Amino acid sequence: METSNPYFSPFVLPFVLGAIFLLGICVWKFVRWFKHFDRLQRAIIRKNLLSWKIIPALWEMFREGILHVRIWRKNLMLGYMHSSIALGWFMLILVGFIESHMTPASSHPFWMAIFYRFFITTHQTFPGAQVLTFIMELMLIYVLSGILLAVVKKIYSRILGMKKTTKHILIDRFAKAFLWLIFPLRLLSEVLAASRFQNGGFFTGFLGDLIPPSNEYFLLLSWTLYSCALCGFFVTLPFSRYMHIFSELLLIYFRKMGVREKSERTGYTMYELNACSRCGMCIDNCPLNKELGHNDVQSVYFLRNLRQKKSPIRVADDCLMCQRCASDCPVNIDLMAIRQQERNKHEMDTADNYGYLDTVQPFNAIGRVGYFGGCMSHLTPGVPEAMKAIFEAAGQKYWYMDEDRTMCCGRPLLQQGFNRQAADLRRKLTEMINKSKITMLITSCPICYQSFKKEYKLRIPVIHHTEYIAMLLKTGRIKVRKDDVRTVYHDPCELGRGCGIYKEPREVLKATTHLVKAKQEKEDSLCCGINLGDTLLDIDQQTLIRNAAFQNLMYKHPDQIATACPMCKKAFAHASEFPVKDIAEIVRENLK
Amino acid sequence: MKKIAIIGAGPAGIEAASILASHDCEVQLFEKSADTLSNITDKAFLFPDFSSAQELANKLNSQLLNDKIKVILNTEIVDIKKDNDDFKIIDRDGKTYVADKVLITTGYNVFDAHRKEELGYGIYKGVITSLDMERMIRHKQITNSIGEEPEKVVFLQCVGSRDEKSGNHYCSKVCCVTAVKQAIEVRKQLPKAQIYVFYMDLRMWGQGFEELYREAQEKYDIRFVRGRISEASATFDSRVQIKSEDTLIGQPLKMTTDLLVLMVGMEPSKGTRTLAENCGIAGPYKFIASEGPHTNDNNTATEGIFVAGTAKRPMSIRDTLTDATAAALEMLK
Ligand SMILES: Cc1cc2nc3c(=O)[nH]c(=O)nc-3n(C[C@H](O)[C@H](O)[C@H](O)COP(=O)(O)OP(=O)(O)OC[C@H]3O[C@@H](n4cnc5c(N)ncnc54)[C@H](O)[C@@H]3O)c2cc1C
Ligand code: SF4
Ligand code: SF4
Ligand code: SF4
Repeated sequence: METSNPYFSPFVLPFVLGAIFLLGICVWKFVRWFKHFDRLQRAIIRKNLLSWKIIPALWEMFREGILHVRIWRKNLMLGYMHSSIALGWFMLILVGFIESHMTPASSHPFWMAIFYRFFITTHQTFPGAQVLTFIMELMLIYVLSGILLAVVKKIYSRILGMKKTTKHILIDRFAKAFLWLIFPLRLLSEVLAASRFQNGGFFTGFLGDLIPPSNEYFLLLSWTLYSCALCGFFVTLPFSRYMHIFSELLLIYFRKMGVREKSERTGYTMYELNACSRCGMCIDNCPLNKELGHNDVQSVYFLRNLRQKKSPIRVADDCLMCQRCASDCPVNIDLMAIRQQERNKHEMDTADNYGYLDTVQPFNAIGRVGYFGGCMSHLTPGVPEAMKAIFEAAGQKYWYMDEDRTMCCGRPLLQQGFNRQAADLRRKLTEMINKSKITMLITSCPICYQSFKKEYKLRIPVIHHTEYIAMLLKTGRIKVRKDDVRTVYHDPCELGRGCGIYKEPREVLKATTHLVKAKQEKEDSLCCGINLGDTLLDIDQQTLIRNAAFQNLMYKHPDQIATACPMCKKAFAHASEFPVKDIAEIVRENLK
Repeated sequence: MKKIAIIGAGPAGIEAASILASHDCEVQLFEKSADTLSNITDKAFLFPDFSSAQELANKLNSQLLNDKIKVILNTEIVDIKKDNDDFKIIDRDGKTYVADKVLITTGYNVFDAHRKEELGYGIYKGVITSLDMERMIRHKQITNSIGEEPEKVVFLQCVGSRDEKSGNHYCSKVCCVTAVKQAIEVRKQLPKAQIYVFYMDLRMWGQGFEELYREAQEKYDIRFVRGRISEASATFDSRVQIKSEDTLIGQPLKMTTDLLVLMVGMEPSKGTRTLAENCGIAGPYKFIASEGPHTNDNNTATEGIFVAGTAKRPMSIRDTLTDATAAALEMLK
């Protein structure tokens, strides 16, 4: 063999075998998961497989899989760390491949790029050779600096702005150890080669000159260890968190094609589970971690449990569904949908009876808008009362759908996994809305809003009352005065992170009062704690979470809290004697 | 001669002041309002005997006619500091007074019913609190939201007490019997009205209370329903619709009423909370903590600072006066 191929030495074997193993396992896994896509998901992929969507998909794969732009945005140091390892390594492979293929040689086996300096012992003179060597040296330094940061993070995470990092399991630690060894060993091997053959670049060459020429024994040993480290990493990769490297790329691709999570777990979910890098960015801001010290329920652990096929229902259920982690997750995994899948109580019969809804008379509301207060607004009658006054002031005819009878939109049931019951309610309410012929549905409760918008398939527009009021103000249908009460706005989870409504509430408040900032706002706002997402918490625990959110709002010493969710309103109203109002109430007070 | 400061001129403060003065102490009695006994003169008649609140107030006020007692009105005390052997009493404007010993009798405030928005207080005119009802009884003007004589009156117990959502797990102790008292008063003024009391359980702990409750049913035709009211809403004719459940027969229940009276519980007053915190003697719910459950119930963790009355926990007037007497004797030791 040696005679037939001068670019072979037995030490490449661990690398080659490891790479083949890795490829085999990945293909096997990816195909198996793909087979578990449901019909609709597969149809979407078939339709878009080679459409123009592929271009944004590739771009995003590069942006997020290699450059990690979202992590950069959240945290510069972490962004540097993640991208140095990913981009640096990617470049080493890419440029190494080009370098080895441009080198005049009798053959170009694929491992040549990996062990280039061992096999190519002379300085090359093909055009651009020096540039390529320079890039290779630079990239090696880049990766090593990232590894150094990772080691620092392991010892003292706060330097990198993280209070808590993920508690890793054994396989992840092994994989990480191999990963951390690869690049120092590569450096050592190249330096030893440089000292012997004088084939180093500016960095390895400089280091090589500092030591005496190495003997062949050390040289071989070092390159063998380097190859073994690669092999170790490849073999552990598919079973460790590093499976995210490939899964994330495919996930991005599928997502860009338009595939989404379903109410049950599918093959797509498997891609999501495996795309989690266990970076731990979902830990620090989780209120359950911060306020209650529940430290095994965060998304990173929840997903890992699922991947390991052990998912205690307690972990699935102990979550506020506040979506803070979802907004922090750099991989954009649909964490809430997966949580909900695991909560599915399937056919559990709750003996609930929504028969009373059948007795609601169909109402002919042609030419009116529909108003849906929701169960929660029945506990904050000030909100629907304010809305009535606003409708009146705008000269808008309306139909208050659930004025006499409380009707649930079904979302709280859905969140707790009672899918069948929620579907029953949706069917009944849809029927009622269709029969009424209203032209638009306005809701006061963000939970109902999200439900009508995403879970129902209504043919009319659904808007939240803050959007509606903003529209009335813009079109001049209502006129308001501006008072000078210093008001802070609390972003409700379901309205903000849930539906992306941040602008309208602020517009309305700016028109009516003196808006001041909270410490953390918009995507970063804090959950009020008294919500329906987590049924395992007792009132004292909810109160601790609420108090933290309250403190967050007190940042600029406001005189009143404004919110746009009846539940948040109640949460803060119980906090103290501090005035808490819904935006609708503030507008009503300031109507001209 | 001992120099004593008493903070809060309610029943507790006045009773203690008069006892201490008769034992040759020099008493400074601070009151934040323009007048004493604000939490008595806002009532009409008192349980258990329907005696007049104003008469009791007059009687208590007459005890203050003593040159050893100096009543200092319009003075809100915000802090008490130990200064060698003395205490420095500091008011809102930063003015300080000196005393050897201090008695805190800053009392209670009623629970702010706005905080239970689902009951519609401040939103529907037909929803009032027990304090509003006291005023209506006093002025003999029990009217509904449009100024007419109500056909139906519903009382709701435990508003802001025994309620984990509002953060008050404790029982306010006086509201059950106050509801019975008020229901009887309403019956006396409105012979034809239907009167309901919604309760979780009725706590008729005092002498004569149980008899009063029985009389309310037998003689005054007041109906007691076991169940909490979950929400209130307005009807088109400005009445109040309530949703509840009769938990004795297990039936959900809807009812329309002219007046919904919320029996608001007792919370530590703002003064009580401020002093509890600033002096480091806060107990559960920011009432002031006394030292022992059985003995030393008028001492606090700070030697020289004593406490009496509803600044400590909910209690009736009789218990308050007894407690104030005990505190005065403790301070004379
Ligand atoms: C609706 C209702 C009906 C009731 N009816 C009856 C009844 O019929 N019979 C009965 O026995 N009991 C009744 N009670 C209970 C009764 O009101 C109390 O037992 C009694 O008022 C307690 O007296 P106190 O001195 O402890 O406190 P309070 O009466 O509260 O007096 C405290 C005083 O301290 C003052 N103060 C507070 N903070 C400061 C400060 N920082 N500086 C200076 N001064 C301060 C206050 O202004 C107040 O004057 C009723 C209670 C309620 C809520
Ligand atoms: S869920 Fe997202 S944020 Fe959390 S560890 Fe996984 S990738 Fe990181
Ligand atoms: S949704 Fe909120 S509570 Fe649940 S894991 Fe994420 S951050 Fe924590
Ligand atoms: S006294 Fe009666 S009404 Fe008042 S809190 Fe106790 S049980 Fe409730």
